[in-house]
Amino acid sequence: MSLIRAEKLNLYYGNFHALINVNLSIEEKRITAIIGPSGCGKSTLLRTFNRMNDLIETVHIDGSIIINNENIFSKTTDIDSLRRKVGMVFQRPNPFPLSVYENIAFGLKIHKIAKTRNELEHTVEQGLKSVLLWDQLKDKLKTSALNLTLEQAQRLCIARLIAVKPEILLMDEPCSALDPIATMHIEELMLELKKNYTIVIVTHNMQQAARVSDDTGFMLLGKLIEFNKAEKIFTNPDKKETEDYITGRYG
Amino acid sequence: MERHFDVELNKLRENLSDMAALVEGMIDNAIKALVERKEETLGNVFNDEVEVNKKHIEVDEICLKLLALHQPTAVDLRLITSAMKINSELERIGDQAVNISQNTTSLVKQPFFIQLPIIPQMTEITKSMVKDSIKAFITKDSDIAKNILLRDEKVDDLKREVFKKIINYIIENPAQTEYFIDLLLISRNIEKIADHTTNIAEDVIFMILGQDIRHHHLFDEHKT
Repeated sequence: MSLIRAEKLNLYYGNFHALINVNLSIEEKRITAIIGPSGCGKSTLLRTFNRMNDLIETVHIDGSIIINNENIFSKTTDIDSLRRKVGMVFQRPNPFPLSVYENIAFGLKIHKIAKTRNELEHTVEQGLKSVLLWDQLKDKLKTSALNLTLEQAQRLCIARLIAVKPEILLMDEPCSALDPIATMHIEELMLELKKNYTIVIVTHNMQQAARVSDDTGFMLLGKLIEFNKAEKIFTNPDKKETEDYITGRYG
Repeated sequence: MERHFDVELNKLRENLSDMAALVEGMIDNAIKALVERKEETLGNVFNDEVEVNKKHIEVDEICLKLLALHQPTAVDLRLITSAMKINSELERIGDQAVNISQNTTSLVKQPFFIQLPIIPQMTEITKSMVKDSIKAFITKDSDIAKNILLRDEKVDDLKREVFKKIINYIIENPAQTEYFIDLLLISRNIEKIADHTTNIAEDVIFMILGQDIRHHHLFDEHKT
């Protein structure tokens, strides 16, 4: 079932037309990867899904993005609620300068999700378990999250998102700061998480997109050139531009 | 830590194992029809060939997908490239079983002249080679694979014995030439199956040990 639908989406940074008439439909509980050369608009597209681009003054958007049958650009959209439902994981892990425990508890308190101390502790534990960090950190909940390895910190950031019960996880190059082993662990985690969440990942790493995604979109110069099952895109794409990019003849 | 990729590789192994079971059944049914001089079981061979051909395409698609999406390296790469070759060998074994069935169809229409017990004997060895080749692939056991290479020599010897006998029969009974040519072709088909199985064993050894032992006699000649 389609969870996110972009229709005739155009985005401008001032006079620069960054997203050109993008139409796509993202299915729930699948991993969708957006690939393409630098500057093609893939991160811009990702950031429209939870209106992160609103933070840029010169941005102007036409068209619509429908999530759960609601246009997120509607005047009645509650941005905080949208960003809780559609969380973002960034390139570099960005834990708060707080303890491991407080990193997860923070969102729960802000959004008033956990009402009692027991509930809070239970949710923190579940969050860490869901990213396979509980066994490593259960005795270090009071230590600063800034002391974690990059992989642990990225997992913690994912746990922090999951704790506030989102439906969609946006991941912007989530492994670009990690070594190959940590990257493999995060990829395995993504494959586990898709059982419960819809994941949209932007990556420069085509191999990563091939390994983890169910559906893949190829973007070039602001346009979504092709969107299809990953298997199709990486074995027999319909568009020459896609084939040129994934075979290294372009980009 | 088990990788999701391993789950996909296990599916590939299961598919090849199913395909091997199908071709084994085809050989069984073809030879049963020959020994019992009954065509009934041959229908199964022709039906199973359709299934084997479907599996052939399916396994190739799985391999292509795994190569494209996972960019395997080292042992994973050797596993998938070996699986593609094993897939083709199994399909050809299925074709040989069909050839045996066609020759058997022709044979049972002719009056019975003689049985050659060597042919079922060749078949038993060959069937065990097919079974063991897939066992070696699934269990990653290079000793089982090496043992198959030895059995191929035995099958070759038996085929030569069949040829000698048949040539003598033809000389003594020229009116039965067609009958003997069918038997000759059947023994040739069985020997071909053993050859395909030997190829599988060589692929399995490459997959496990990373050693290419194909055409080793060529390299031995260069050394001397």
